Amino acid sequence: MRYLSITALLLATASPAFAEKSVEVMHFWTSGGEAAALGAVRDKVVADGVAWVDAPVAGGGGDAAKTALQTRIASGNPPAAMLMLGQNIIDWANEGLLGNVDALAATQGWDAALPQAVKDFTKIGGHYVSVPTNVHRTDMIWASKAAFDKIGAAYPTTWEELNALASRFVEAGIIPLAHGGQAWQEAYMFEAVAAGVGGAEFYRKALIELDDATLRGAEMVAVFDQMAALRGMVDKNFSGRDWNLASAMVIKGEAAMQIMGDWAKGEFTNAGKQPGADFACIPVPKTKGDSFVYLVNSLSLFTQTDPDLIASQEVLASAIMDPGVQIAFNQAKGAIPARTDIDLSAMDACAQETSASLGSNDAAGTAVPTFAGTHAANAAVVGAATDAITGFFNSEMTAAEGATSLADAIAATK
Amino acid sequence: MAYQSTGVDFRTRLQDWIPKLVLSPSLAAMLIFVYGFIVFTFYLSFTGSKMLPSFDLVGFENYAKLWNLSAWWVAVVNLMIFASLYITICTAIGLTLAILLDQKIRGEGVLRPIYLYPMALSFIVTGTAWKWIMDPGIGIENSMHLWGWTSFQFNWIKDRDMAIYTVVIAAVWQTSGFVMAMFLAGLRGIDNEILKAAQIDGASNFSLYRRIVIPMLRPAFLSAFVILAHLAVKSYDLIIALTGGGPGRATELPATFMYSYTFTRNSMGIGAASAVIMLMTIAAIMTPYLYAELKEKS
Repeated sequence: MRYLSITALLLATASPAFAEKSVEVMHFWTSGGEAAALGAVRDKVVADGVAWVDAPVAGGGGDAAKTALQTRIASGNPPAAMLMLGQNIIDWANEGLLGNVDALAATQGWDAALPQAVKDFTKIGGHYVSVPTNVHRTDMIWASKAAFDKIGAAYPTTWEELNALASRFVEAGIIPLAHGGQAWQEAYMFEAVAAGVGGAEFYRKALIELDDATLRGAEMVAVFDQMAALRGMVDKNFSGRDWNLASAMVIKGEAAMQIMGDWAKGEFTNAGKQPGADFACIPVPKTKGDSFVYLVNSLSLFTQTDPDLIASQEVLASAIMDPGVQIAFNQAKGAIPARTDIDLSAMDACAQETSASLGSNDAAGTAVPTFAGTHAANAAVVGAATDAITGFFNSEMTAAEGATSLADAIAATK
Repeated sequence: MAYQSTGVDFRTRLQDWIPKLVLSPSLAAMLIFVYGFIVFTFYLSFTGSKMLPSFDLVGFENYAKLWNLSAWWVAVVNLMIFASLYITICTAIGLTLAILLDQKIRGEGVLRPIYLYPMALSFIVTGTAWKWIMDPGIGIENSMHLWGWTSFQFNWIKDRDMAIYTVVIAAVWQTSGFVMAMFLAGLRGIDNEILKAAQIDGASNFSLYRRIVIPMLRPAFLSAFVILAHLAVKSYDLIIALTGGGPGRATELPATFMYSYTFTRNSMGIGAASAVIMLMTIAAIMTPYLYAELKEKS
């Protein structure tokens, strides 16, 4: 099967007579935009004379892929490269299973090209074990221009403004907040509110250092207060809805806003909507100074002994970091390039603003890693916290009770 | 003479050995992949395994952690609600349908497969179909509103207190036809002479069923119970397709809990502990029941 797909790829791409080198990439990017994005990397790898063996494992968040990887590792047959997120990279690196491309990184000057935020999750223990394709921003609001025009309101810049808009939208027959009631979506909403209401320093203390006093403190209660306000803005059928259906509600103007990471942009642009003219991509209101919640996508490289495979891994890494590939990849994926040293004039206004914001927040130390995407804490902590957050969002708990249940859930994992 | 005797010997020996030879691969596979992994899981539940299996023993720490998790309690309570309703309702509906179908009615050949067909679907299909049927925005509630009955309300699937009952509805729909088939087979196995004798003695139809037919269906009840109980405990796909464990975590069952802790939350030790508890639970229910039933037979 594997041999067949290599052959098929070779024939399809009509590369030089027979390429001996190949690189197997395991990933969960199977939706249209994601597959197109990865195609940009593949084309470059194949053009450089290395065959691409695609090993997709469908299932959005990558849980299925992770299970598949665990069985591959257990049988001593890891793929050359694998898409994985945040703390998982650090965990696998600590297990001693990841190789590195330090030599290539040194000659290509990655240290200068990548912001510290990205390096935190690709350069582990001083080694580049993972190669970043893109950065997502998770603290974003997607707003329907038609809905805001209908009530004659400007986009909110503070949480108070946002909360005040809700009743005006309801009067106009518009759902204020489109939301998909799945636990992971509520976790992303929570981290956006935490960064917006509490600020970067609070975020760091509460969700990265997991400081118990901060988790039970007044600022956390304020975060849950805002979550309670958002809880009142959703329609009655929100539970269980997929995130892209919530995006569709904003696209159609049935709902005014969605709080979701910037992967939502693909839904808007695929529907033929233009940023600015049809919809707005704005960061959530920031009460305590600017901040930026980021998620890094990267392909991690597993240790190989075959020199051909090691060479193929370098070709793959070099292709991912190629400025042209970074642009093409992220135009399809809807994210921003991991490199901050390249010209973005080919990308849309949303991407340019997000990239500029990443640069300034990275310099100011206010860029914080995603909690829901298991960058800030490990999967056990995030899982327990997600239970508490979704429990709060699907109940009439008070903000103080919400903060206590979150702090208890996190404490239980220690 | 000597040649003949070895020939016979070889043949009888072969006849003796072939069944064992043919059965041994599947026996070996079963020993390794069922019982071997039960033992392995049991062992893992006493280790500090996180992302990958590790072999450092931590005693009962995982069990202590597990019983302190509110998510686990939610899953256990949900399983009790789900299993008891599912088994009772399925058995009741299955028995009623079987008795009604057994009245020598016309068109039984058409009706029987209709009730049986839901079993041919996977739980994923059942779950997805019922998710749409019970969704207030597109399902029954919406249809009723479109037909003019605007006060009609059926939003259990979005209600965290009622959502577990929607799982029961979908599961009962799927399996009661199968239970009916088992009871029907049992009914057909009852000797007509006994029934005729009872009728001559003047037994009413009701007491005929209550005192003779249903007690004679005991083996069918046993099979139904065994099958339904293990289906209930291992329910995973139905939950994933129907509610995804939501709203919130209101419909998590031990099986979904086990999967998420083992594979997505890097807590393999706790996941293994929950799997062991599930096995113990089912064993605690099944063993006495099977023992009592089988003992009576012999």
